[in-house]
Amino acid sequence: MSILVFVEHHGNELQKGSLGVLTKAASLGDADVAAVLVGAGVTALASEAGKFGAAKVFVADGDAFEPPLPQARVDVLAKVAQENGYDTILLANSVLAADIAAGLSARLDAGLNWDLVDITSDFTGKRPALQDSVYVDVGWTSTPRIALFRAGSFDAAATAGGEPEVVDVAAELSPHSQSAKVVGQELEESTGPSIEDADIIVAGGRGLGAPESFTLAEELARALGGAVGATRAVVDAGWYPYAAQIGQTGKVVSPKLYVALGISGAIQHKVGMQSSNVIVAINKDPNAPIFEFSDLGVVGDVHEVVPKLTELVKQRKSA
Amino acid sequence: MKIAVCVKHVPEGSSKIDAASKRLDRSGEGALNRFDANAVEEALRLKGDGDSEVVVVSLGPPKAADSLRKALAMGADRAVLVSDDAAAGSDLVATSRLLGKALEREAADLVLFGQQASDSDGAVLWAAVAERLQRPVVSQAAELAVDGGTLRVKRQTEFGYDIIEAPLPAVVAVSDAINEPRYPSLKGIMGAKKKPFDTLSLQDVGVDAADAGEAGSRTTVIGLGEPPARGDARKIEGDGDAAQAIVDFLAEKRLI
Amino acid sequence: MAVHASDYPPPFVASQFVAEPTDPVDERIEVGVLIVGAGPAGLACAIRLGQLLEEHPEVADRLGDVPVAVVEKGKQPGSHLVSGAVINPRAFHRLFKGRYRLEDLPSYGPVHGEAVYVLARRNSLRIPPPPTMRNHGNWIFSLSQLARWLAERAEEGGAMILPETSAVTLLVSHGRVVGIRTGDKGRGRDGEPMGNYEPGADLVAKVTVLAEGTQGHLTGVALDRFGLGGSEPQVWELGVKEVWRVPRPLRSVVHTMGWPLRTRARYREFGGSFIYPMGDEMLTIGMVVGLDYRDVELSPHDLLQELKTHPKIAKLLQGGERIGWGAKTIPSGGFHALPQRLHAPGLLLCGDGVGMVNVPRLKGIHYAIESGRLAAESAFASLQRGATPATSLASYDAAVRESFIYRDLEEVRDMRQVFGRGFFVGGALASAMTVSKGRLEIGKLRAEPDAEQPLIRTGRAATYPAADGKLTFDKLSSVFLSGNKTRDDQPSHIRVAQKVHRDVADLWVHMCPAQVYEVGPSDGDETVTVQVSPSNCVQCGAITAKGGRLTPPEGGSGPEYTLT
Repeated sequence: MSILVFVEHHGNELQKGSLGVLTKAASLGDADVAAVLVGAGVTALASEAGKFGAAKVFVADGDAFEPPLPQARVDVLAKVAQENGYDTILLANSVLAADIAAGLSARLDAGLNWDLVDITSDFTGKRPALQDSVYVDVGWTSTPRIALFRAGSFDAAATAGGEPEVVDVAAELSPHSQSAKVVGQELEESTGPSIEDADIIVAGGRGLGAPESFTLAEELARALGGAVGATRAVVDAGWYPYAAQIGQTGKVVSPKLYVALGISGAIQHKVGMQSSNVIVAINKDPNAPIFEFSDLGVVGDVHEVVPKLTELVKQRKSA
Repeated sequence: MKIAVCVKHVPEGSSKIDAASKRLDRSGEGALNRFDANAVEEALRLKGDGDSEVVVVSLGPPKAADSLRKALAMGADRAVLVSDDAAAGSDLVATSRLLGKALEREAADLVLFGQQASDSDGAVLWAAVAERLQRPVVSQAAELAVDGGTLRVKRQTEFGYDIIEAPLPAVVAVSDAINEPRYPSLKGIMGAKKKPFDTLSLQDVGVDAADAGEAGSRTTVIGLGEPPARGDARKIEGDGDAAQAIVDFLAEKRLI
Repeated sequence: MAVHASDYPPPFVASQFVAEPTDPVDERIEVGVLIVGAGPAGLACAIRLGQLLEEHPEVADRLGDVPVAVVEKGKQPGSHLVSGAVINPRAFHRLFKGRYRLEDLPSYGPVHGEAVYVLARRNSLRIPPPPTMRNHGNWIFSLSQLARWLAERAEEGGAMILPETSAVTLLVSHGRVVGIRTGDKGRGRDGEPMGNYEPGADLVAKVTVLAEGTQGHLTGVALDRFGLGGSEPQVWELGVKEVWRVPRPLRSVVHTMGWPLRTRARYREFGGSFIYPMGDEMLTIGMVVGLDYRDVELSPHDLLQELKTHPKIAKLLQGGERIGWGAKTIPSGGFHALPQRLHAPGLLLCGDGVGMVNVPRLKGIHYAIESGRLAAESAFASLQRGATPATSLASYDAAVRESFIYRDLEEVRDMRQVFGRGFFVGGALASAMTVSKGRLEIGKLRAEPDAEQPLIRTGRAATYPAADGKLTFDKLSSVFLSGNKTRDDQPSHIRVAQKVHRDVADLWVHMCPAQVYEVGPSDGDETVTVQVSPSNCVQCGAITAKGGRLTPPEGGSGPEYTLT
């Protein structure tokens, strides 16, 4: 089997998600694994891709590839895949990668399975469905196969591999791949991530006791670099704004880490956050339903635990 | 300007997967995919009081007509439903092919999509359709404007915003942050029944049965499984060492 | 000093919901006959009108583009309907006249057997079904499913059904009802118009038929505006039910009395339970309690959970799975509480909204259907050339009086009231009444409004089982199962006094099956603030019976029942 992995970069860094997928690809038995890098000045990043499992790195380097737009990348991947007979193409999900994967699927009439969290060496993909309440095994009926993995599905592990073979790709771009242009950029203001985009969310519920106690959640969120959320109960009671409401009738989130403070875990809230990667819950009530679906449950008083936790997190981060 | 909006009729509420067919159980009530409502709204805003035409297009079973009528009630001018038994079970390859053909017939200046489908959580369809149509595609549009024959989009990425310009005809997927969809007025709901509504078969759009449905798909669903148990769920009692235990746990999970 | 819920009247003034049309004339939406409510009464009315207009196209032509419109506040017909239901088919025969047979309707078949039990905590005594509880010849339905089927027939007959549309104001001009105004959409918590604000519209019609069901908002407004109240105040029961998938089919229709309700007169716990098979794979189980109960901690939802722990019932449900839940009030004042007139200029009133329910038989759906059918005939008559609308609409009253609706309700007219004397005395009197076909006069017993019952505390909540998530369930997960996804940031549709005696607050907390009310901070003395979570509300109507007032929220809000 021969696997092509699209490795995304931003500035001078290769994206961790892509490197994780590359690591996974290299672990799938004796696959012939290659990476594809597309951008302006990316040739310099090729050897790094080699460290994460690519025996070969295809590079399309040029000013035309500078803007982070998908369609030119489809042209490059299609050419590489077809000319070299790659039967499997893997990508780590991102705003850009999703568009590339789908465009490639249509270009090559190749099946695309997305939102995968794992894949076996005989190419069965594992996909959570219905808000992560069930898992589905999915496959492909032909090659090439395209797989788009959920961000953070795999850890990137560098090996002591040698230098990869770097191959320059001269791709002809389709007319429609060249017509969109980036005319400006605005960087994210660092007032902290919005709830929808946050990797870490600290949410507060009635167990906080009083609206003033929301500062516990805010400080912990700040220390962790995350956003603050709230349950419907506290929003109804006027403790926190509606924009922060997480749940069935609020926002549905799936961050890497969800810290629930004083939240009982009623189903209306659960369906808004149950697909978070890691859930940590602190609640005084040992029978609170949230302990049934959290990874780490602490039966304790938020007023005792959270200030200490915030302090320890700050210490660890500055170390 | 002619604007086509692709919409999907999705199952409502707590959905289930049908154990026999392994497909989503669509037998219950359905509704217009809420993210597509943003796309319909954006089309209607671009139309404003002008004489652009807004056409809503869907691929689905006859019931999908309900969602198309909701879009008509919001203010869209015309609806097209591609419905054919042979199209059931279409994956991305087959769906994008069918929609591509239906949209070619419309020859719209702008094709809009919503940011994802709440039933399959797929955030990918538009890029495949754009490839079929050979048009530029811009996704995650948080703001959208059309000036003459040029599209200007503020696109939201993980790093901030890109301002992108592209010539029409083009394909755009709007993010749910772009607008707040309007409620259909009573007049709108009543008037929707009179608006033009075409139902097309595979033959009408020029697609062979072998290229649609499961036959035309390149992916397959093998079976259902339980989600992996949430690792070993741990529980700590008492306040004493709880904070340290949490920090150690987070470090172990590489979250801090 | 006894406390009553009625000591704290809600901030609600019926006359504020009556107005002249305000939209410019050319913006008003005109329809021929406007029906409010897509339940069995409203849809029967629409179906009958469709039949009549098909036979008389010349009348249809004069009614404009939309001869018949049905507005429904739920997401779709059936979304807000909860019932048992075992239905007497006579009204179907009269409505469809052979066009559809009973087998064509979406039922779970005829009743095959019947059993009545008197329960005690751990055992049960089977008794012969009292004469009022004989269901031979009746058929089992899900009312929610039936409504969807009826809605299709109504649309086939030319009616336009407008779901997600609430009827908020009764439009009255020169003393005549000319239509309704629909509710606004897109208002924020404090009433402020949001980005997608869509104001309601004036919907005007030649005849307006109110078929809103129990606690109908405009029905209450109309009864007040036109002074149509009955000789007795209306009283209600609250029914809470579940639908279960079960491994072993139930064969009979089952009713129970007694436990967990208490029999002594001072508690006034009138009611019982029903368990109906729904085909071979499902059943429905529900608890019905009169809202004239007095104990502050009485919770119909929790009584249902308690009921399920009875060994006989737990056995029925073992290995099964709860797949539905719903709650709704049932008007139980019967004959004496019917309005003195069922019409007003431009207006006809049908079904549960005016209390057409035979409580001893637990039947009301066939009356609703028959009243809808009769309303259609009167409405149609009033639209004929040369008709005097006033006379035609009055003919509806006459028709109802001559129908089985009136006859049946009169026969059982005092039965509900006798149960105020306790289960055993009441039971004996009720049987005597049935046997005498209502001719036994026991003297009219005055019924008090539910909210005027003095409140007592007996520690009743101690017996409610903790939710185990398999047999017994908490309120919030039940609300979730009802499909309720009401938008949170809209104005509250529930009118209650904000500061009440502790007893009244606790009354509401326990009464409400959807956990809408919570006891907030105390004000030092015996008064507390009531906290309301209106988005939990499944619009059962219990609050209106017990001191508050339910008004319609934004159209489309509330539960999305499918199997209830």
